[in-house]
Amino acid sequence: MTTIQKKPENPIAHLTPEDIEAIGVELDAIRQEIVDSRGEADAAYIRKVIDVQRKLELGSRAVLLASLFPPAWVVGTAGLSVAKVLENMEIGHNILHGQWDWMRDPKIHSTTWEWDMATPSEQWKHSHNELHHTYTNVIGKDNDLGYGIMRVDEDQTWHPFYLAQPVWNFINACFFEYGIAAYDLELGANIKRKRTKDPEFQKRVKGVLKKIRRQATKDYLVHPALSGPSFLPTLAANFTANVVRNLWSHSIIMCGHFPEGVETFEKRSIDGETRGEWYVRQMLGSANISGGKAMHVMSGNLSHQIEHHLFPDLPSNRYAEIAPKVRALFEKYDLNYHTAPFPQQVASAWHKVVRLSLPNGWLAQTTPRNAPQQLAKLYKMTTGGPKVRRAIAARDRQMAARAA
Amino acid sequence: MATIETPRARPASTPRPRLTDRLVRFAEAATTPLLPADYLDLFHPLRSGASLRGRIEEVRPETADAATIVIRPGADWAGHVPGQYVRVGIDVDGVRQWRAYSLTHGPRADGRISITVKAVPDGTVSHHLVRSARAGTLVHLEQAAGEFVLPPEGGPLLFVTAGSGVTPVIGMLRNLFPVVDDGVLRLPRSAGHDIVVVHVAPSEPDSIFLDDLRALDAAGAVRLVARYDDVHGVLDVDELGELVPDLAQRRTFACGPAGLLEALERHHEAAGLELFTEQFRSARVEPGDGGTVSFTLNGTTVEADGGTPILDAAEEAGVLMPSGCRMGICYGCVLPLREGAVRDLRTGEVTTASSLESDTGGVPIQTCINAAAGACDIDH
Repeated sequence: MTTIQKKPENPIAHLTPEDIEAIGVELDAIRQEIVDSRGEADAAYIRKVIDVQRKLELGSRAVLLASLFPPAWVVGTAGLSVAKVLENMEIGHNILHGQWDWMRDPKIHSTTWEWDMATPSEQWKHSHNELHHTYTNVIGKDNDLGYGIMRVDEDQTWHPFYLAQPVWNFINACFFEYGIAAYDLELGANIKRKRTKDPEFQKRVKGVLKKIRRQATKDYLVHPALSGPSFLPTLAANFTANVVRNLWSHSIIMCGHFPEGVETFEKRSIDGETRGEWYVRQMLGSANISGGKAMHVMSGNLSHQIEHHLFPDLPSNRYAEIAPKVRALFEKYDLNYHTAPFPQQVASAWHKVVRLSLPNGWLAQTTPRNAPQQLAKLYKMTTGGPKVRRAIAARDRQMAARAA
Repeated sequence: MATIETPRARPASTPRPRLTDRLVRFAEAATTPLLPADYLDLFHPLRSGASLRGRIEEVRPETADAATIVIRPGADWAGHVPGQYVRVGIDVDGVRQWRAYSLTHGPRADGRISITVKAVPDGTVSHHLVRSARAGTLVHLEQAAGEFVLPPEGGPLLFVTAGSGVTPVIGMLRNLFPVVDDGVLRLPRSAGHDIVVVHVAPSEPDSIFLDDLRALDAAGAVRLVARYDDVHGVLDVDELGELVPDLAQRRTFACGPAGLLEALERHHEAAGLELFTEQFRSARVEPGDGGTVSFTLNGTTVEADGGTPILDAAEEAGVLMPSGCRMGICYGCVLPLREGAVRDLRTGEVTTASSLESDTGGVPIQTCINAAAGACDIDH
């Protein structure tokens, strides 16, 4: 991947400024249609999902009180995992986007909602709603690309440190909620810039620790204690459900912006960006997951990531309805509507993680026949200094140019 | 949805927390980030200790465009005095709306309460209640309130009611003179009341509770003077002396539109007479173009034009505002509008908040894409 501006064939080169503004007008009209028709059925939908989620969680936790009995453990853990996924994805994420604020129900409102997650909603809303959704896929601005710990673009200089990137990514996936909490705190940057003594930062750290303490007390102390002799199996069930939820949400989020073919943008390119241009960036910077109703609900309708990024505050249950109209617009303006089944998108995103963990071009050039030479080259690049790496990269470029 | 703060250390002098307090804290630890109530509400929303709600049990048509809604209130309903009103929050097209309605039945033996609603032109909530409300629906309630109640000592009284302003008066009269199958009951406790009702309506068929008033008049419980605009012309308060010859001896209770109440106030003040009024429908907020935005907590006021987001206008005036994406997507700038009207600069849609919403925390608005459409009070 390389930013759209540096690509030899810019996928939006064929669009005139008038086209881009016309796209904006058409998308505004799609949005307005939904805003005008929001009503009782939508309100009933979110209340139903919340009702089902709470009953499922209660029921699963009740079953787990007898988790010493293996079938109870399996059923309870599965139920609790699904409940936690629903709570984070279709309920929490979307309420915190303000998708349901129009109902004026103080119980279901972006300003009052707190979710079953290590990071407090208030901090997450800043880093997600404000930074990620405004600066989507702008290298250097949108830290959701690799969460600041991964190499996400060919233009980032390769370093041997990145060889471990697939491992990091997997560990981050297992403990994703804590990764997000650290990310919302900008922990890395704040440590690097020695700002950890800043009172504002400390206040936020305190908030996160308080939230983590409460979450952990519930899952790893209160619920196991209530289970009596089933203390340990219940603790394991909670741990498992949290890991399942983390792996799932990490996968869904990777599918949204990381599969091969999703565009990224240069920082300079968004100076003075118009609403139309913002829309086009959202269109090309997101990818959908095709699938059935269950896929949509369990992903919090982030299976409609493109629609979600165009209209982050429309009720999630309506994305499916506008998806065909959005897709028609992509076709009208000859743009790539990026959608594929879940396994394919996950594989594609992981492929990119692995590819970028290696020096530019290494994975593509490597065949079973030249594997020994390639491995030798990789060893040299890993053990040598920056000079060695630059020299090898320069030679690769020369050879590629000669071959072309 | 925030959980209650648990103090870490307790000074030695304070008594040990009671068992129930500890149980509550334990339950909160088990349900965080939600509250135990969020789960209990799934099964028993009308229980004691829940935030006050009620369930509509019956919708009884009164006239072509008015209906009485009978509600079973939650266990914590504290009762009411006839003449008081209740604030009701009901979801109309999925949007929570709050309105105040007079309670039209005195405290009843079955514990239920009722409001009588007339569908007013452009009245989203009143139309919904009269035409679409169904038994079984949950509504949100607040405890009964209002100073417009019968003086317990009785005496010579005059009620002046106009339109749906009759509803609190009906509440009082039904309590004084219960209607049973055999007719109107004359209870000893009501003997001291000598009541005249001047009831004003646009026309006879539009007149809600007219049958009740006539029945009370026929039974001799009250004297009814009905005035219809289409027959008698619009009531001039100076005629009151002719309609009620002993006006000077009576204490006047009036409920109706602002115009009538103001005229009565002038008239009674000039004549040196006692007057109690009730006006529960706050003045309609008419959206304009731009206006003065007051930030109620920090005391700043800002003149904002109709084309500038409130966020920008406030920041230009030096108010420190919460903000985010500044394009209407992140909801980082939401603040409660206590009273006033704002216009969405993207869609032209107007959002209003009246004093009714303001008691429940106002209507949250995104300041980055809304401009003032008239004077606004914002909590910040």
